[in-house]
Amino acid sequence: MTSSTKRQAPPEVREEVVIRFAGDSGDGMQLTGNQFTNTSAVMGNDLATFPDFPAEIRAPVGTTYGVSGFQVRLSSKEIHTPGDAPDVLVAMNPAALKVNVNDLKEGGLLIVNTGNFVAFDLKKARYDHNPLDDEDLYRKYEVVRFDLNAATIKAVEEIGVSNKEALRCKNFLALGMLYWAYSRPLTTTEAWIKSKFGSKPKIMEANLRALRAGHAIGENAELFKVRYDVPAAKLEPGTYRNLMGNTGVAMGLVAASHLSKLPIFYGSYPITPASTILHDLSRFKNHGVVTFQAEDEIAAISSAIGASFAGSLGVTGSSGPGIALKGEALGLAVTAELPLVVINVQRGGPSTGLPTKTEQADLMQAIYGRNGECPIPVIAAYSPGDCFWAALEAARIAVTYMTPVLLLTDGYLANGAEPFRVPSVEDLEPIRVRFHTDAKNYMPYSRDPVTLARPWAVPGTKGLEHRLGGLEKQDVTGNVNYDPDNHERMIALRQQKVDGIAASYPPTEVFGPAEGKLVVLGWGSTYGASRGAVERAHEAGLPVAQVHLRHVWPLPRDLGGVLARYEQVLIPELNLGQLDRLIRAEYLLPTVAMSKVQGLPFSGTEIFKRIQELVG
Amino acid sequence: MTTVEAPKYKKAEFVSDQDVRWCPGCGDYAILSAVQQVFAGLGVPKEKFVCVSGIGCAARFPYYMDTFGFHTIHGRAPAIATGIKTARPELDVWVFGGDGDALSIGGNHLIHAARRNLDLKMVMFNNRIYGLTKGQYSPTSEKNKKTPSTPMGSVDNPFNPIALVLGAGASFVARTVDTQISHMRAVLEAAHRHKGFALVEILQNCVIFNDKAFSHITDKGIRDDRQIDLRHGEPMIFGKDLDKGLRILPDKIEVCSPAEASNWVADGPTGANAFRICQYAESGDIPVPVGIFRSVETPVFETEVHAQMTKSIATLGVGTLADVLASGETWQVK
Repeated sequence: MTSSTKRQAPPEVREEVVIRFAGDSGDGMQLTGNQFTNTSAVMGNDLATFPDFPAEIRAPVGTTYGVSGFQVRLSSKEIHTPGDAPDVLVAMNPAALKVNVNDLKEGGLLIVNTGNFVAFDLKKARYDHNPLDDEDLYRKYEVVRFDLNAATIKAVEEIGVSNKEALRCKNFLALGMLYWAYSRPLTTTEAWIKSKFGSKPKIMEANLRALRAGHAIGENAELFKVRYDVPAAKLEPGTYRNLMGNTGVAMGLVAASHLSKLPIFYGSYPITPASTILHDLSRFKNHGVVTFQAEDEIAAISSAIGASFAGSLGVTGSSGPGIALKGEALGLAVTAELPLVVINVQRGGPSTGLPTKTEQADLMQAIYGRNGECPIPVIAAYSPGDCFWAALEAARIAVTYMTPVLLLTDGYLANGAEPFRVPSVEDLEPIRVRFHTDAKNYMPYSRDPVTLARPWAVPGTKGLEHRLGGLEKQDVTGNVNYDPDNHERMIALRQQKVDGIAASYPPTEVFGPAEGKLVVLGWGSTYGASRGAVERAHEAGLPVAQVHLRHVWPLPRDLGGVLARYEQVLIPELNLGQLDRLIRAEYLLPTVAMSKVQGLPFSGTEIFKRIQELVG
Repeated sequence: MTTVEAPKYKKAEFVSDQDVRWCPGCGDYAILSAVQQVFAGLGVPKEKFVCVSGIGCAARFPYYMDTFGFHTIHGRAPAIATGIKTARPELDVWVFGGDGDALSIGGNHLIHAARRNLDLKMVMFNNRIYGLTKGQYSPTSEKNKKTPSTPMGSVDNPFNPIALVLGAGASFVARTVDTQISHMRAVLEAAHRHKGFALVEILQNCVIFNDKAFSHITDKGIRDDRQIDLRHGEPMIFGKDLDKGLRILPDKIEVCSPAEASNWVADGPTGANAFRICQYAESGDIPVPVGIFRSVETPVFETEVHAQMTKSIATLGVGTLADVLASGETWQVK
């Protein structure tokens, strides 16, 4: 394809780069971003991604509300967030430019598809003039203007696909250009295209040609002043894979199934951004996983409770609106004392809110959102790869303590990805489960002296016929009981059981000095931004530490003591201060809340600036 | 060759140690007794039965059965039972509940259990009233019903439960009466023999809030003339002296002589006649049908779910923990 013999200068080495792909929601930006990510992952970079897409599947072409973006940060060192401002912006149309250009770093590389900067697209993006005519643009950024449409049509013209089909390949042309510009091989994406479009040879060939053409154009057309390389990161040795949060949850659940020797039953109703957990788990049928797409959210959790009663590990997953519907059934699982894992992939609320955007505003719902005194342990995943570990931990607590567990992730974790060091089988501890089988002296609500868990006796076990239900239980026998003292005792027992889970936590880990001016306390997906900010604080010589909660409820028993060793406690959250209120209530500490509710994650810079204000 | 003898039980072995707390004279007592008798005679190991219920008077049922039982939340019993049965197809799962539980708050789960054709037995006690919340009208109450929540009479139309589940694709649909014990037992046994979803509606009296709910159909003196028992393959004959018949014509169903009576067919391709005849419920010449409206073999949900798992194992082998950890594209860092 290339006839050039021109010598290329060796690529300039960069420690890291942040690239954002932006285009119409039908332009394949998520796919393009994922391909760039996978290729870079296989090359050994550390990376973090931030997909940001509209709730509409195909919003009207060319409009700003239809813009879909995918940001990836690849690095030669360990990183924790997808980066703040991108170094590179690929804008497939005027709307994508309009929405994203102000985020681009000054001096950053802006690649625009001039093929779409025509009257129709400009009008759709509500530009009254062509922004590519603004001289300002060229002063602020290094602009590469290129007609991707024309180049793609030319690249695939011999294959005999329609113009429309040809234009669909333009994202691969853009990807090929960037692979050249950042010294990436085409192999991973070529293999993907071949497996994805194997049954459609023409489309496969068109995409391959577009990809290779893009690479050749990068090499020959002198569009880019320099070529870069981002060498591999020094990651801990081991086997790695690129992992998105929802896939991590699914993998963690199936691993828990093997470790506990319990089949997984996943009852779920499709909802953004949780649905891909259902998709992923449905591919593990040969592991004994039963997936059930229920008629509604209530049936989803109810079927999972039924399966747990029958001896499976029942799991249900949803997002905030669905969790709201599951509230009554959660109470049943609490009083029936059956294991259950409930995943809430949080999104912007209230109500339907921002389905595709991230938020952490369901913490109080998780801890308190039910009728009655209804304690449920709540654990949170803090990065896409950590979703695997968090799901394992949720399963361990559920079956060890015979309790529902709420596992909180969010849209940012669910769709974001990072390299995940895959554990070996030996790294994973078995989860001990024993069904009760002894018919002598069986009491459905007798309790393990250590965990306070009641025995799990499953239907089909001779002599253990018993009845569970939502009415208050008599202590020990489990019979229906309305006695006032018994009710109080049972409420206390259920609370003690859940409080006691904290005895099984490892000591709270502190990153940074064991005491000092400030500790950044967080939970969930703020981990990366907090860690990045605290690392920068250390570089600036500030005595700042980070504590990040895996177990949000009940809180770790040593947490109060740890926090007390710092003059200030800063709590960044994507809500109006929900953990902040819990910490104040539990420890009477004058915490500093830091809120953001824009449907977007924190950047490390935002948290770092706040740290500077407080201790700088 | 050895044969495994089916276990034999006495009815008393299905009676739990809990005091029954229904109102004296409630139809539920007769249903409980009949179910205990039927269970004892089914030849199923006792530990395989699971009784599931939602909320309402009828939903206390599992507490009084000495089987595995789960008294769950309002309306959700079919959904809980779906999880139990899908996870453990070898269990014998029965759902008990009233008309409010099954048709109002739980209507969605009922129709979806029916369309999926899980091998669940759902026994719906229809007394056309909310008993446990003290007498409000229910989704099967006749129009203009005066109750505490409708002092001027209800204005909404009732559901016909048989028509509803036929429409949802139920593969077995039957109706019986709380006071007609031998009929009730026969229908419950037939439901159990059926492999697939079975709905049994039991017309049931509520002495406190809706007394004589069905007396116009079930009173001893008139019931032979006011009911017709649908039996597959048999002529549709009724009356105290079996002196009347029903015939199904393209445009109507009418009373005729026994000789002219149509044979009842419960396994027709569409269930259209079941849908037609179930509309006759209140008055007029045509008696109220009881017995088996529909019984047709169709693929069973949980069987197909597990068949897919078996197929997946045949293709991919039994999944291991190592397989889970190796899933996706991996690379080595040294």
